[in-house]
Amino acid sequence: MQNEMILAGFGGQGVLLIGKMLAYAGMKEGKEVSWLPSYGPEMRGGTCNCTVVVSDKPVGSPVVKSPNIMIALNRPSLDKFEPSVRPEGILLINSSLIDRKAERKDVDVLYVRANEVAIECGSPKAANMVALGALVGKTGMVGVESVKAAIAKTFEGKEKIIQLNYKALERGVAIGKGEAQ
Amino acid sequence: MAKLLMKGAEAIGEAAIAADCRLFFGYPITPQNEIPEYMSLRLPQVGGTFVQAESEVAASNMLYGAGGSGARVFTSSSSPGISLMMEALSYLAGAEVPVVIVNIMRAGPGLGGILPAQADYFQATKGGGHGDYRCIVLAPWSVQDAADLIMDAFDLADFYRNPVLMIGDALIAQMMEPVEIREGRKPCKPLAPKDWATTGNKGRKPNIINSLILDPEDLERHNRRLKAKFDSMERDEVRWASYNTDGDYDILIAAYGTPARVCLTAVNELKEKGVNVGLFRPITLWPFPYAPLREKAKKAKAVLTVELSTGQMVEDVRTAVCEDLPVHFYGRQGGILVTPDEVVEQVTALLGGARPKGARKGGKA
Repeated sequence: MQNEMILAGFGGQGVLLIGKMLAYAGMKEGKEVSWLPSYGPEMRGGTCNCTVVVSDKPVGSPVVKSPNIMIALNRPSLDKFEPSVRPEGILLINSSLIDRKAERKDVDVLYVRANEVAIECGSPKAANMVALGALVGKTGMVGVESVKAAIAKTFEGKEKIIQLNYKALERGVAIGKGEAQ
Repeated sequence: MAKLLMKGAEAIGEAAIAADCRLFFGYPITPQNEIPEYMSLRLPQVGGTFVQAESEVAASNMLYGAGGSGARVFTSSSSPGISLMMEALSYLAGAEVPVVIVNIMRAGPGLGGILPAQADYFQATKGGGHGDYRCIVLAPWSVQDAADLIMDAFDLADFYRNPVLMIGDALIAQMMEPVEIREGRKPCKPLAPKDWATTGNKGRKPNIINSLILDPEDLERHNRRLKAKFDSMERDEVRWASYNTDGDYDILIAAYGTPARVCLTAVNELKEKGVNVGLFRPITLWPFPYAPLREKAKKAKAVLTVELSTGQMVEDVRTAVCEDLPVHFYGRQGGILVTPDEVVEQVTALLGGARPKGARKGGKA
């Protein structure tokens, strides 16, 4: 199984970070992974994205044109990448910030109120974790514990932040599994 | 040591430190800035020294001084910055100073753009600086490969007393992958003490490191000695890899760096459709693996060279296979990466006998 993902949003929403966490979690589970940021002339507030591949076999191209999974944390990202998602792929839309529905009928669309849920967890900054949790809950491509290990490593020594992120992640997982909205 | 998730740029830095390099001189340029950034953090922690020079010209001449004193030293830059280092590279080769230079290639010519390209192949393999010199040129295709090859680069530089280049398209530096830094590994060459280094001449006659030799007889002798050294590199240091070449195949793809991975994805996709295509990947771009490529091409009816340039390595591929079979070229430029779909399309068209869209046939480019 090879998951090829594009995660996109505004600079500052933490899409590069959740991409790294996915890659780290995959590596911890002995999978082959690659993480590639968009590194063009970026600016604060502009869109940014990363490509993550998590696979059972060595990763060939680290660049992906048609991902089977796409997370859009903002509207410009959805507009840009929605057409590229592979048929029967997964499209995760942050419905807190994106004011339209998906146009594609041939993909599995998951709407996640990432910002609202993050605020309920204690900080709007954790919206990326909600989205990450929802993806992991829906696909099970990596274990929740492996993602938690990535969170613990990233925020080492900041116990409050770790717990907040765990909470946001778990809320996301429940949404991904269809157990909550 | 457990695997770490690292950017290629960081892995290059960490592997250099593991290879006992304690000096880095450089000047910032995208897309390799994470290398000096990492070295500026790590070198002071291990008793080394990081200097941000005032220019690439200065950085490359600092390499000359440090390498001449026998220290392991490296710099990194990207295409336009590497061009500024070419004068020093010639001096380094002429004076036989071992150093390592990493070029994380961006799209050119001129200032070009900051996205991945492979258009510095000619510069790296065919000179770049003036005079009769050669450098071993290593081309990694993954983060692990980059970490492994830079460690070997220091050994090769010391063994031959010659600069060694490692060139990677920008993805090699920007991408994160699991990597294991081989701490405490054995050098890839037997290394003698650097009794030629300028370390202070107390108790011995002075060592002189210089590339100015005005007497023509002396200079010709020097040139011939260097040539013998370069010949031994061609004999002993050729590295390459091939994939899916055990069975029969009509097409052999030749590619290096990240595009070789893209091609491997295409090869695997074609295999699933029952089409066998071989892949040949030069790891040393100089010395180029002419003989192994010619051997692997024997089973094929055509070779397809894929590069992020308008066609540079393809000239060496043509030299390798001579007139045996046609050599086709497919490339993207400007920082755009070749996709697996494009490679599949090229191969499919070649197998169908039609010339694929955007491809150039063998012979004169």
